[in-house]
Amino acid sequence: MNIQSKYHGEIEIQQEDVITFPKGIPAFENENEFTVLPLQEGTPFSILQSVHSTNLAFIIGEVFSIFPDYDIELSQNAIETLELDDAKNAVVYCIMTVKEPFIESTANLKAPIIINSIKKIGKQVVLNQSNYETKHRLEKSPAFTQEG
Amino acid sequence: MLVLTRKIKEAIMIGDDIEISITAIEGDQVKLAISAPKHIDIHRKEIYLAIQQENKEAASGLANLDNLFKPKSDK
Repeated sequence: MNIQSKYHGEIEIQQEDVITFPKGIPAFENENEFTVLPLQEGTPFSILQSVHSTNLAFIIGEVFSIFPDYDIELSQNAIETLELDDAKNAVVYCIMTVKEPFIESTANLKAPIIINSIKKIGKQVVLNQSNYETKHRLEKSPAFTQEG
Repeated sequence: MLVLTRKIKEAIMIGDDIEISITAIEGDQVKLAISAPKHIDIHRKEIYLAIQQENKEAASGLANLDNLFKPKSDK
């Protein structure tokens, strides 16, 4: 199928590229289908594009590439929503709030996007018990401190 | 809005399967125990609002990404 993407215009995706978010994500509760698009090779960043709303797209980062010390424990609720029976099927992203210059961007570590890569189910999981912040500065990442 | 008065160790039921009980009251703090089906998400409201706000901000993004990973130009 073809979709209109925010950053790359019309693109073709396959049905298996569609990730279902049963409850949407906070503030966008009615957006139930997204797809992950590449952003730039050699970076841990991708785009989480709504399948139905062209203008809704997030820059997301592979958390463990950016913050290797990141440590989360999923609630039973999250595990069931995601139908996760094996932790290795979980892909963990953080939504980036992008600033210019890019190093001043922040990552939402309080509420990561978890995707079951086998069943193509996604959820933004709010970590109630953690001290992670919604605006964790990218410059604290060991992967980026050497730049700029 | 329904307003109920409860004492410590008393509870309320919401529907058949959500129970909220008062486990401790200390000064201006109340400790609640919530028992609900696993598909119900429970959040502290200010945290949920912060996540919504952050998502809105993140979604506004940039007009284009072309310059995102380019090295800084010397001005």
